[in-house]
This record gives sequence, structure tokens and C-alpha cells, in this order.
Amino acid sequence: MNPFSSGTRLRDMIRAIRACKTAAEERAVVRKECAAIRAAINENDQDYRHRNLAKLMFIHMLGYPTHFGQMECLKLIASPGFPEKRIGYLGLMLLLDERQEVLMLVTNSVKQDLNHTNQYIVGLALCALGNICSAEMARDLAPEVERLLQFRDPNIRKKAALCSIRIIKKVPDLAENFINPVAALLKEKHHGVLITGIQLCTDLCKVSSEALEYFRKKCTDGLVRTLRDLVNSPYAPEYDIAGITDPFLHIRLLKLLRVLGQGDADASDAMNDILAQVATKTESNKNAGNAILYECVETIMSIEDNGGLRVLAINILGRFLSNRDNNIRYVALNMLMRAITVDAQAVQRHRATILECVKDSDASIRKRALELVYLLVNESNVKPLTKELVDYLEVSDQDFKGDLTAKICSIIEKFSPEKIWYIDQMLKVLTEAGNFVKDEVWHALVVVISNASDLHGYTVRALFRALQTTAEQESLVRVAVWCIGEYGDLLVNNAGMLNVEDPITVTESDAVDVVESAIKRHTSDLTTKSMALIALLKLSSRFPSCSGRIKDIVVQHKGSLVLELQQRSLEFNSIIEKHQNIRSALVERMPVLDEASFGGRRASSLPNTVSTSNGTAVKLPNGVAKPSAAPLVDLLDLSDDVPAPSSSGGDFLQDLLGVDLAPATQSGTSQAPKAGTDVLLDLLSIGSNPAQDNSVSTPDILSSAQDHKPAIASLDVLAAPSLTQASSSTASNMMDLLDGFAPAPPKPANNGTAYPSIVAFESSSLRLTFNFSKQPGNPQTTMISGTFTNLSSNVFTDFVFQAAVPKFLQLHLDPASGNSLPASGNGTITQSLKVTNSQHGKKPLVMRLRIAYKVDGKDVLEEGQINNFPRDL
Amino acid sequence: MGIRFILMVNKQGQTRLAQYYEWLTLEERRALEGEIVRKCLARNEQQCSFVEHRNYKIVYRRYASLFFLVGVDNDENELAILEFIHLLVETMDRHFGNVCELDIMFHLEKAHFMLEEMVMNGCIVETSKSNILSPIQLMEKTS
Repeated sequence: MNPFSSGTRLRDMIRAIRACKTAAEERAVVRKECAAIRAAINENDQDYRHRNLAKLMFIHMLGYPTHFGQMECLKLIASPGFPEKRIGYLGLMLLLDERQEVLMLVTNSVKQDLNHTNQYIVGLALCALGNICSAEMARDLAPEVERLLQFRDPNIRKKAALCSIRIIKKVPDLAENFINPVAALLKEKHHGVLITGIQLCTDLCKVSSEALEYFRKKCTDGLVRTLRDLVNSPYAPEYDIAGITDPFLHIRLLKLLRVLGQGDADASDAMNDILAQVATKTESNKNAGNAILYECVETIMSIEDNGGLRVLAINILGRFLSNRDNNIRYVALNMLMRAITVDAQAVQRHRATILECVKDSDASIRKRALELVYLLVNESNVKPLTKELVDYLEVSDQDFKGDLTAKICSIIEKFSPEKIWYIDQMLKVLTEAGNFVKDEVWHALVVVISNASDLHGYTVRALFRALQTTAEQESLVRVAVWCIGEYGDLLVNNAGMLNVEDPITVTESDAVDVVESAIKRHTSDLTTKSMALIALLKLSSRFPSCSGRIKDIVVQHKGSLVLELQQRSLEFNSIIEKHQNIRSALVERMPVLDEASFGGRRASSLPNTVSTSNGTAVKLPNGVAKPSAAPLVDLLDLSDDVPAPSSSGGDFLQDLLGVDLAPATQSGTSQAPKAGTDVLLDLLSIGSNPAQDNSVSTPDILSSAQDHKPAIASLDVLAAPSLTQASSSTASNMMDLLDGFAPAPPKPANNGTAYPSIVAFESSSLRLTFNFSKQPGNPQTTMISGTFTNLSSNVFTDFVFQAAVPKFLQLHLDPASGNSLPASGNGTITQSLKVTNSQHGKKPLVMRLRIAYKVDGKDVLEEGQINNFPRDL
Repeated sequence: MGIRFILMVNKQGQTRLAQYYEWLTLEERRALEGEIVRKCLARNEQQCSFVEHRNYKIVYRRYASLFFLVGVDNDENELAILEFIHLLVETMDRHFGNVCELDIMFHLEKAHFMLEEMVMNGCIVETSKSNILSPIQLMEKTS
């Protein structure tokens, strides 16, 4: 006889499967077995049906598909014998789930079984229903289950109670029907019924708030009494676990009391005594006792405030913390996190122990302890805590380092008392775990460094020293390279020494060495190399003696396969060779980055719905060029007249350094900040720097920002005109740039002469033309008459024009002639503007505009920047 | 709610008993079992018995060659679940007499029956060993 016929007993099949040496063998055995079972099903074999189903269940547990057995379950359930029903229901619960339609066929069988005379069969049906019923089944069978809640046999009652839980979950509307029977259940003596009744009660309260009210009023006292009886009860062998009678019931009762007492002072009062009793009397040398204490502490923390109880609870937690058992410590740490919101002082007392837990060998405990420490930090204890954490950073595991670094960095940022401490700590973190540090963090560090002007020398020297020791941490290398580039002269001159520093002699070539090694190292990625190139450019200006050597290094990347490096190398090489006169202007010390605005930008994450630009590229005279598509709308942060929400964040600085080249992050930086900052103004004021002998007209440096045209930094054009990809309208400006760097011949004051009118803004659907006139005797004020022409074939309605100017200009807008612009140039709207230039002669006009109108009921917004004002306005 | 699944897995990672109280497809189950088992088996004796996995917790304990893993919601009392695992083992021990992995394997349906008496729909129903075992003993007497 075929050993794999359906006559095989379950254990023989199991033996056969166990005897398989490989997975393929096992699959073969299972397949044969399944085939045999399928054949038996087709033949409608009665005798071995339950055996087949048992085998199917085993096979299902191993992970093979067994859906062909589902009808078998139904047939077994329908058969009269108890063993068959048993296996049938078991199979039903394992092999099916509530989403299968087959389940509907079972409903009738289950209904009949619920009314069966044999209580065990009723129990079976209830069990199955409770585990697997769907919403429709629940609705059909709810009345039966309700009736069974009052059955004479406690076993049935308890199963009915649990079944009701599922029914309520599936069909919350039926909850009201169950409220009354449950109140009766809560007075039971049988533990099984009691525990299930309590669970039903808890779930009812979660589902329906009127149930919650009802139970709060009626049943709180009864429950308290029950708990008291339970605590004081004598030894009961049936339910005894480790000397405590039925700890599970304890815990469930405490949970229900928690739900009832939360937010309600009266109920909480009623529970105070019993909670105190449980908290003090329960023995804690066994796990069961500890479990009860844990639940008790949680309840105390959640109900209304009672000082004495809370102190008790925290003492218990303190005891837990010093327990040697890891489980208990984990649980204590969990609870303490919630206790912090309640009573932070008490938790602070345990700080030392918690700190020890951060260094524990157990991963779960470490994680919890770290989170807890993070919540505990405040201004007074930040220094010692950070020191501990940073020390631990050196010895921690790799997978934990990421978490730890992130937490340390945010602690340092939030609570640092003074800048020098902040810089010190960040340097330490970078040295240890720079690779885990996120970009925003080291960007923030750079912002802080640039703000702490007295610490520049200290910082750059410390970074130099750090680089000597470890150079594998990318972030450290980047920050160091940036600082050396910026403050290289401070490094070499030992300027601004603080008392705590040791003197260190660094020659110019040492500094260049360091940057060169950053470029040459094969592990440096694109960002680092780009930053190093810029730093070299800066150094070539600050250390003229090394200029030749730097040029050699830069030139090596001329042929690099990476576009960014190649471009930078060519441009910088050109600057070094041919444009010595502007080099120092280009790489001047960067202006102080505004911390507040940077922080604001990072914090605010409102998408700027107004902006239509995508991507931001802040171009600085430092020659950081971003070739990717990014209009320059950021540069002129003309805030005053343009109301706009502040931009989303984070990458203002990143753009500042022009460093981040990954296109994926553009989406995060896609909002043009219009919030008021003066940062850019500082940039513009470089033009008025007395060190300059040429008037660098910075607005012209900015390529005109036509939103939908990719704007290439004009500085690209400086070095390699052949690389210009700027739109044609900017070409004329670019040529001006190169010529304009020679000291401009003083232009005669032209009062009252005619100025050429310009096309200020042009898009595919709109054109704006400006006509200028000046009043004689008032050279600073210009009257501008703007004309809007509609180039599309749709009428524009609700036409609104707004303009913004930098701080040295004053703008006055007269009302427009109308707010409806006919299509296809059939009519125009005119608007007068008056601009007063307080830096007339030194800086030309520059303006940003925002035009809003409606087309076919849809809002359209256009923005732009006007850079082509005539020079001497 | 409460308990999401109960697994018994041996040291080689083979599942000996699996009871799920929430629906997962077969692939999900296998993936889940693989992940969790790897995590728990890698831990040593000194580490605590609670592992956080995705949005729920696993409470586990090792008895001889078998690991008992219970997946619970985040707000469940972990120490109580540890007690429950012990109760389960003791109940099976009383029924089978010195229960071992092979007993569970060859009498899988009885193990399931016992588990069903104790846990329903993710909630603990009965904690008294005699109450749990009486229907099973009755059934064995009749068959």
C-alpha cells in the first residue's frame, strides 16, 4: 500500500517530514501528501476526514498553501460527532480568516451549534465565533451570544463574554445591548467569568463613552471590593501562582480601574486605598508579584493626582531600576518615561542609574535608557550628561552609534550654554562618529562657527588638530576643510588665541597639505572634494605664496569625469590665472550667517504655496556654483513688501555652501524663502565694502531669475564664458560683468535724461514693460510707469501686481488702472511706481515682482526678478 | 488587541506551533516568523526577554530546546505575559507529563486545544489549570 495514502496517520506523516534532509525532499513529501488528501476529498471520504484535516493543519503551519481543505472544515463542522466537530472548528480557525467568503456558509452551522444541548459543543461554537467572526456573522449571531451570557454553566458564560468582545469590536453599534448583562458578570465569583467579564467591560468602555460613564458610576465600588477580596483571599490552590492568587485577575482588575479612573476624580478617590494596599503588600521577589506592581504603578500614574500614591509609585520604580533582572529594569525604564511628565524631579534623582543603563549590554535596555536620558536633560545637568554620553560614544556598538549620535547632537544643540562648549562637543562627536552625523547637524555647526567670530581662530586650530589624528569621518573633514578655507589666515597667524589653547605652529603649506589630502583621499566623496576645491581657491587668495602649488592641485581635476569637479576646477583655475584682481573680492570672508533665520527656516516646514520656483541655489561671490536648475530667487531676500510665509527649511546653509549636489534633496529645498532676512543684503553690501576699489554691482552678478528657465550662476560666466548657458536676456548682463570689474568711469549725473524703457518681465502669457522718468533735481527718485500686456488668449481677471525691493530702496505703488487684462494684447493695465534709491549711484535698482491673476476661475501666480534696470537709476 | 500571536519555535528556527489572532497572509507569516526568530535566537541569556519589533513587542522565553514567543501590543504588561507563558508550559506539562518538543509536534491538535481554552481572540480567558484541562481530559476519555 502506498505509504502516503490518506490512511497515513498524522504522526507517520510528521515522522516522514522530519526524516527529510533537505528542503526539496520536504516539499516533495508535502506535495505527495497534499495530493493524497485532495484525492480523498474528491472521493468524499468520511472516515479519514478528521485525520486529513489534522495533516492539513500541520502542513499549513509549515507554510504551504492549503485552501483546498476549507470545504472539508465545513463538512466536519456539520457532522454530528464531537471529535469531528472539534477538529472542524480547529481547522476553521487556523485555515480560514474572516475575509473569506466561505465563512458565510458556516454561519448556519454555528447557529445550530450555539443552540445545541451539549454545552461543550456550544463552547466550541462560541470559541470559533470569538476568534474569527466577521461583521455580518456578528450581527446575525449577537442575540444568541447575549442569551448565552446568562447561561448556567460558567464556562459558557466566560466564552460568551469573550465572544461579545469581538462582536462589539466588529459592530460597535451593538454595544448598548451588552452593557446590562456585563454589570451582572462583574459580580461573579468564578475567576474565569470574572476575568472575561472585566475584559468585556474594558473594551466596552473603549468603544462607547456612555458605557464608560455607566460603569464608572455603578461598578467602581464593586470592583474595588472584588480586588480587595482577591488581595486578602486565603490560599487557593487552583489559581495560585507563586504564592499569589490569580495574578492575571489582579492585573486585569487594575487595568479596568485605570480606565475608569482616568480623568475622573471621584472614581480615583475610591481606588486610592486599594491601590496603596496593593502597592505596599505585594511581594516583589517573584515575577508574578512584580507584574502586579508594574500594573499598579501604571494605574497610579494614569489616574488623577494623589501626591502620596505617586511618591509610592516612583519609589517602586526606583527599586525596580536597581534590580538585577534585566526584564524588571526594562519595565522600570518604560514606566519612568511616562512618569517624567508627571513628576520630573523624582526621576532626576535616578539619573545616575539611568545613565548606567545606557551602557548596559542589553540592546533593549540601552535604547530605552537613551530615550529617557534625552527627556531628562535640562540646562543644569547638560554638561555632565553630555560628557558621559560622548565618552560612551567611543565604545558603543555600531548599530547603536547612529541613535546615540543623533540624540547627543540634538541635546547639544538645544541646551548648549555657550558657543565654545558647543563647538568643543560637536568636534568631539564629529571625531568619533562623524559618519553618523546628519547633514543638518553639521550645517548648523558651520552656522554657529561663523557666528562666533571671536572663536574663529580657536575653532580652526582645533579642527586642524583633530584632522591630524582622525581623518576618516567625512563630516569632520568637510567642516574642517570649510573652516581652513575661510579662516586659514587665522590658523597660520595664531590669531585670537584663547588661554586654554596650546600654541601650535602651522605653516601655509601645512594648511594646503591638509586640504590636498582631503581631495586626494579615495574615500572622500563628491561633496568633500568640491568643498576642498573651494577651500583651495580661498587659500590661494589668502596665501599668495602657495598660489602656484594650489593651481597645480586644482588643475589635476580638469579632466575629472564628474561634471561638478571638472567645472569647479576649470573655473577656479581660470580665476587663479587670469582674474587676480577680482579673486580677493570673490573669496572674501563670508558674512555671518544669520542663526535666527537659519533656525527659523529649519523649524518651519510650511510649504511655500506661493512660490513657483523649484530648488534654490544661493550663489555667493565665493564662487560656489550650482549647475543644476535652480533660480536665484533666494538671493534677493526682499521681504518688506511681499507677504509670504517663511520657507521650509533646512537647506539654506546647504545652498550657501553650494555643497549638496544630490538632486534628490532638491525637493526638500524647493521653497524660496521670502521671509525677511538681511543675509542677502549683507551680500549685496559687499559692493560697498571699502576694501573694494571697484564697484561690484552685485545684482548684476545674479542672473535674472526667470522661474522656468534654469539659471546658471553668473560666476560660471566669469571664468569660462564658453560655459554660459544663461538665457539670452542675461547674456548682455554677463558681458557687462567682466567689463564692469574695471573701475567704472564715473557716470555723469543725468538728471531728466530719458532712460530706455525695459521689458521688466516676460513670460509666455504676460509682458511687463517699464518706462522711466526722473524729476530734475531729485536724482534719487525714479518714476516708473509699468504696462502689462496679456499675451495669451484668455482674459485675466483679478489682476494684482506686487513688488518688493531691498532695504536701500523705497517703493511706492499707485493703484493700477484696472484689474482685468483682456486677451491677446487687446488692452493693457498700467500702474505707476515710485522708487527712491538711497544708494543712488552706488547701487542700481533691483526689484522682485509677484503677479497674481485668475484665468477661467483658476488662480495663477507668476514671480520674477528684474535685474535689467538701467545702471544709473 | 492584547496578544497578536503565539509561536513555539525550536532552536533551529522551525515552527512547532503557530496561533495568530490577527490575519496575515502566508508570506507575511513566514517573513515575520523568520525575522523574529532570528532576533530572539541571537540574544543570550543575560539580555532581557522583551524585544521591540515594528509596532509591537515580543515577549519570549526559552524552555529547553523550544522558544515560546508571544507578540503583544505596546500597552500590554510584559511581565504578565511572561507569567502567562510559564502558565502555558505548566499546563502542557501537567497534561502530557514532562512535556517536550516532540510531544507538541505529535499532538499538535491537543496543544492547540489547550491554547484555545486559555486564550481567545487575543485575550487571556482561563488561568486555572484544572479548568483548562477538564474539557480535554473529557474528550480523551470518550475517544
